[in-house]
Amino acid sequence: MAAQSHAVTAADADRFHMTEEHHPENGTLLGFWIYLMSDCLIFAVLFACYAVLGRNYAAGPSGADLFDLPLVAVNTGLLLFSSITYGFAMLSAQAGRKQPTLIWLAITGLFGAGFLSLELYEFAHLIHEGAGPQRSAFLSSFFVLVGTHGLHVTFGILWLITLMVQVGQRGLDAPMLRRLMCLSMFWHFLDVVWIGVFSFVYLLGVL
Amino acid sequence: MSADLAKLIFGRLTWEAIPLHEPILLVTFAMVALGGLTVLALLTRYKLWGYLWREWLTSVDHKKIGIMYIILAIIMLLRGFADALMMRAQQAIAFGDQAGYLPAHHYDQIFTAHGVIMIFFVAMPLVTGLMNLAVPLQIGARDVAFPFLNNFSFWMTVGGAVTVMLSLFVGEFARTGWLAYPPLSNLAYSPDVGVDYYIWALQIAGVGTTLSGINLVVTIVKMRAPGMSLMKMPVFTWTSLCTNVLIVATFPILTATLALLTADRYLYTNFFTNDFGGNPMMYVNLIWIWGHPEVYILILPAFGVFSEVVSTFCGKRLFGYSSMVYATVVITILSYIVWLHHFFTMGSGASVNSFFGITTMIISIPTGAKIFNWLFTMYRGRIRFEVPMLWTLGFMVTFVIGGMTGVLLAVPPADFVLHNSLFLIAHFHNVIIGGVVFGMFAGITYWFPKAFGFKLDPFWGKVSFWCWLIGFWVAFTPLYVLGLMGVTRRMNHFEDPSLQIWFVIAAIGAVIILFGILAFLIQIVVSIRNREALRDVTGDPWGGRTLEWSTSSPPPAYNFAFTPVIHQLDAWWDMKQRGYERPTAGYIPIHMPANTGTGVILAGISTVLGFALIWHIWWLAIVSFVALVGCAIAHTFNFKRDYYIPAEEVVRVEDARTEALRSLT
Amino acid sequence: MTAHDTHHHPPGAHEGHGHDAGHGSLKDYVIGFVLAVVLTAIPFWLVMGHVLPTPQMTAVAVMGLAVIQVLVHMIYFLHMNSRSEGGWTLLALMFTLILVVITLSGSLWVMHNLNTHMMPLDAHDMKQMP
Repeated sequence: MAAQSHAVTAADADRFHMTEEHHPENGTLLGFWIYLMSDCLIFAVLFACYAVLGRNYAAGPSGADLFDLPLVAVNTGLLLFSSITYGFAMLSAQAGRKQPTLIWLAITGLFGAGFLSLELYEFAHLIHEGAGPQRSAFLSSFFVLVGTHGLHVTFGILWLITLMVQVGQRGLDAPMLRRLMCLSMFWHFLDVVWIGVFSFVYLLGVL
Repeated sequence: MSADLAKLIFGRLTWEAIPLHEPILLVTFAMVALGGLTVLALLTRYKLWGYLWREWLTSVDHKKIGIMYIILAIIMLLRGFADALMMRAQQAIAFGDQAGYLPAHHYDQIFTAHGVIMIFFVAMPLVTGLMNLAVPLQIGARDVAFPFLNNFSFWMTVGGAVTVMLSLFVGEFARTGWLAYPPLSNLAYSPDVGVDYYIWALQIAGVGTTLSGINLVVTIVKMRAPGMSLMKMPVFTWTSLCTNVLIVATFPILTATLALLTADRYLYTNFFTNDFGGNPMMYVNLIWIWGHPEVYILILPAFGVFSEVVSTFCGKRLFGYSSMVYATVVITILSYIVWLHHFFTMGSGASVNSFFGITTMIISIPTGAKIFNWLFTMYRGRIRFEVPMLWTLGFMVTFVIGGMTGVLLAVPPADFVLHNSLFLIAHFHNVIIGGVVFGMFAGITYWFPKAFGFKLDPFWGKVSFWCWLIGFWVAFTPLYVLGLMGVTRRMNHFEDPSLQIWFVIAAIGAVIILFGILAFLIQIVVSIRNREALRDVTGDPWGGRTLEWSTSSPPPAYNFAFTPVIHQLDAWWDMKQRGYERPTAGYIPIHMPANTGTGVILAGISTVLGFALIWHIWWLAIVSFVALVGCAIAHTFNFKRDYYIPAEEVVRVEDARTEALRSLT
Repeated sequence: MTAHDTHHHPPGAHEGHGHDAGHGSLKDYVIGFVLAVVLTAIPFWLVMGHVLPTPQMTAVAVMGLAVIQVLVHMIYFLHMNSRSEGGWTLLALMFTLILVVITLSGSLWVMHNLNTHMMPLDAHDMKQMP
């Protein structure tokens, strides 16, 4: 692939050093992407565990017994909406419009909070029914996989609030745009993981 | 104080946690306390606290961070090796009626700690330290891509090491072996703090390692000097790139797997329990998906060091540069499809075992290609037997034999006889010591003058090398023999007296290695004493070929007054051949990252958090977690993270160098 | 966050050299959203409506649609392309996906074989164990 370093021009052919200040390209977005790839592998392990242990009901309830698919559908919708509202926030940010950016970010946060509330409600209900994470390996892997996704969403919302404060203070300068891009990648990545969760855990779990 | 209140405040921490009835630990503690207090007293006496904080603890300079990693590794080597000596001593005497001096529950902690410390707190920091020190210089950069994260990563590694060391004096360590297999590591069989110390030490250090991996990948991808395409990078940089890709792509698996074990222990889940649907074999499967790439993380940088050393000390371009690069990339990818060879005997059957046996054999081929390339580089070269080259030659002989025993073990039927025997122990020490340790000593000796401005004393270097080489073979050949005779690992007592002679020989070998370590320490002291005689004025003491040798020794904080422009592989050699003249004027202000204390603080809070979780001190855990998040968020409000070195300062530094170079001629 | 800010760009403007990743348009986001909604609704309908004859077919359909929706997210929301960061973003993604596949399929294969060879007969036996 193309060399990431700057191509040496004809004028450089005879010299061994740059005479002006040389700024290497900013690595934040690539670095964050690579971090997301590592996060992907954490989820891979959790999915692998669910794949291997997910039918070990230990004579307890199964997914068919427990999963409330309409609730999951609503939750999926909330997350999907939050993805597009974040997209709108990014469009406003890239156009340099601070107020719309903040508004779309706030709406995204609210959708995320709604998602978490429903999920917490679901978890509380399951635990109340005696189907907590201790009941069986299936439930352990369910709670840890879905719960880890929820923890990520929680951190995402915390991060979102922090960025809102910072955008409010600094406006939409280059560092803030980079940070918003990173959160954007994070947020969409969480939606991608959720596709795996609702398909593999919930939908396949009731079959 | 009522028992309930005590439990609330202190969790399960009680006075019993302090091992007052263990003489060995008391003596150790006394020595450590004495040594520690002496260091603290000296620092105070010479008013070095400010200096230490400003110049080292808060430094984001990759060179200093690299040096600190290596210092940490050497300190932990002493602890890990003490564990080894204790094991050798026990196994040499504990036959028949003689129970030895270490009861089983101690012995088990010692072999667990030995493995954990050597892999995570000696080998990993050595590798990370060398990569930190050398890579930015080799690619013509001023620092790594994320200097603050670099500092933070280092202190998280220290936090993990501190956690392990704490287990010596407060509570106990795990008794499960270095990978803590369940069900032994689960609550039912290890209800005490030992496994929790293990978990949190590794999770804290693991955060540091993963971030460091991201850091170095982005550094190598984004910050190479103009003209340095991928195929013009030094080989050590290539192996560092692949190593850090492996780190990013494999440590998350360890993180997740340990987190699942943590869930079992803290939340009573059933991932790896024997009942309620748990499956301990899944842990073994997952931990080795991490574990095999991990050993390649350790060895690839060593291979990189050897490539640099061989080409430098044979005065020749490395033979087969492209094939070296391809071999490294192939090893990186293949390392993900061999992991089952660590548990052939767990029972997955012939089809699965055959597949992984074959892939394991295949992965030895690129390594073989590398050995041939080094040999072809040496052929018709002008070989200089400096100490780094000695370590390299020792590696070639030792590692190749260790690799061959690995290929033997890759045959599942053979492995059924040899799994978990002393043959296995001999094999992996063979490749880790012969490969990683020798490589790290070669790298330390090679880059020491760059880091500090003077060479290491060659005489004591040679003493150290010969003691390590001879000591290794005396210590581990008996283990190959014992393994073939069927002796199992991790035993603290034996019935068959005919085995004893082999263990005695092994103990003697360990003592010879001890002399090697002592010689290394003496080497450091002697070198510091004689530093003027060993001074490196030119910055290029070995006739090097890569960019780091174009800087002064040690380099200035900014590394290069002007960013180099690259035209060829072995860029510095190319510059020397083509009559490069160092610029002596036209200096400009240089943009640098600022020091910060946030890394130390965050790592310190993380260590407290780990301690609180280990001892179930829930209020402290919550407080430190909130503090951690709060500090991290506060840090993101700090946008003033860089500064400019004024041109006058650069002029001053560079003119001093010009003067020093002129005084040589 | 790094040593070298591109601090000489006015706020809100496009990032300069080397950063051609991830600028979507309104059109992209809307297309992606609509596709995602459709690709979510279909699997839910297939499962909740018991549309296909066998669970196996449903499972295959659900997983297939999931894969397609992941691609939709990658392209329309994450703006995945082969030019971003000189191709390194795509390379990192490909490598990660390969490892995810190895981890999942490898674990399933290994554990299936281990369970077959090594686990006791069935769940009832587990209850009888001490």
